[in-house]
Amino acid sequence: MSRVTALYGTSVGKKITMAVSGAIFVLFVLAHWFGNTKVFMGPEAFNHYAEGLREFGDPFLPYGWFLWIFRAVLVLSLVVHVWSAWSLTRQSWAARGTKYKKKDSLNIDAASNTMRWGGIVLLLFVTYHILHLTTGTLHPDFIPGDAYHNFVAGFQSIPVSVVYMLCMIALGLHLYHGTWSAFQTLGFDGPRAQKIRRPLSLILALVVAGGNLLFPVSVLTGFVS
Amino acid sequence: MATSTMKLKLHVWRQESPSARGGFVTYEADANEHMSFLEMLDVLNESLESRGEEPIVFDHDCREGICGTCGMVINGRPHGPWERTTVCQLHMREYGDGDQIWIEPWRAKGFPVVKDLFVDRSAFDRILQSGGFISANSGGAPDANAIPVKHEAAEESMDAAACIGCGACVAACPNASAMLFTGAKIAHLNRLPQGQPERYDRALDMILQMEEEAFGSCTNHGACAEACPKGIELDVIAMLNRDYLAAVVKAG
Ligand code: HEM
Ligand code: SF4
Ligand code: FES
Repeated sequence: MSRVTALYGTSVGKKITMAVSGAIFVLFVLAHWFGNTKVFMGPEAFNHYAEGLREFGDPFLPYGWFLWIFRAVLVLSLVVHVWSAWSLTRQSWAARGTKYKKKDSLNIDAASNTMRWGGIVLLLFVTYHILHLTTGTLHPDFIPGDAYHNFVAGFQSIPVSVVYMLCMIALGLHLYHGTWSAFQTLGFDGPRAQKIRRPLSLILALVVAGGNLLFPVSVLTGFVS
Repeated sequence: MATSTMKLKLHVWRQESPSARGGFVTYEADANEHMSFLEMLDVLNESLESRGEEPIVFDHDCREGICGTCGMVINGRPHGPWERTTVCQLHMREYGDGDQIWIEPWRAKGFPVVKDLFVDRSAFDRILQSGGFISANSGGAPDANAIPVKHEAAEESMDAAACIGCGACVAACPNASAMLFTGAKIAHLNRLPQGQPERYDRALDMILQMEEEAFGSCTNHGACAEACPKGIELDVIAMLNRDYLAAVVKAG
């Protein structure tokens, strides 16, 4: 069996591709959040950062390339992640056959129970988020190149902020179970690993969800304007 | 001391054959607190037979919690409500007069119903056959101390070897995944020095067989470990994944 069929031909292999693409997203959301905290340092710092993303890699990479390579990796990861999720979900749905009449929720917490629906929410969110703050298509007052303005004006809308906040809660739930699940899938499970896997997943989820919640909240409260 | 007796309402899955459409049939059953759950069903079956009705078919053998033959889902829980207990070890003192009990077979494509509560678990046999062994040259038995086994390795291997192959993990899993069983069988041998020569082939072969059997895909919910009557834990799934990954890297 070749490596490719080993990864794509079995559920265990597909889970590995999910865990790896998920780990790439984790690194991305951490970097994305950290970068955005520059908004607290004012318009200059923030716009400089947004521009910096495009100049990154200079003089080795031409203008904008870093960002595009980065985006290509993310899109590829997204395709792999979502395709595997879809394929595994179908396999699991087919595997039950007749449904149970009586259900007892054995050890199934809200986070693990919402991976699939929560994943769809995230997919919709990612699409909306790009159309909102990257392309400006769904932004009522978008000024190309002025990321700070777009950010503040975007979150001044209460419904938009509420949508973002709900989606961050969904992201936190997905990350809490996803990180733990990825540790299992990648076999990170020594005696010491067993102690830190749950706490690490929880901290990661709290940092990412809580950290990103700060942005809409600080605009709504006028802390950032 | 008086024995307390009870009248129960049982809703039991009845299915004539693998291809027949099954459904629930409701029975009144009498029991007392000293009966085991299966004895309660035995008594019900006697009364069904005396009325000329078909008895309820369910699987059982040792009735001591060691063989792994019994199994049914009781009010949504595989093997019933008692932790780390097979259904043959469940006793009627759990229940009281007037209780309603829903009894269903393991529900999984990989475990087709043969009749009523009796399912075909030969998928597990095929997974075992594909790698649940070590190849040893025949001849005289080796000395017991010829291969030193670390204490922890022996303990961890025995923890995994406690699996009795009952299938409750599949029944409990929202994905009907067989990863806990397969993981236990892989970990049992892969944790011992005797299992090392075939370690990665074993992981690969058993997982490929598991894939053949129409089970679902693990999402690490952990319902399996909670339902397992033998306390098999999720670490065997992590080991399965790790050894599969290593096998894939080695296979090239
Ligand atoms: C965009 C749409 C997304 C969909 C449809 C989706 C769906 C899923 C599903 C169904 C699982 C499997 C659940 C399980 O095994 O219990 C999963 C796992 C995971 N997801 Fe996502 N997800 C999405 C986005 C994300 C994002 C943005 C991140 C990170 C920020 C992420 C990180 C993870 C991780 C780390 C796992 C664990 C992999 C594993 O099972 O071992 N996902 N995702
Ligand atoms: S792992 Fe536990 S629940 Fe699954 S077959 Fe073995 S003993 Fe039964
Ligand atoms: S009949 Fe043997 S374990 Fe229940």
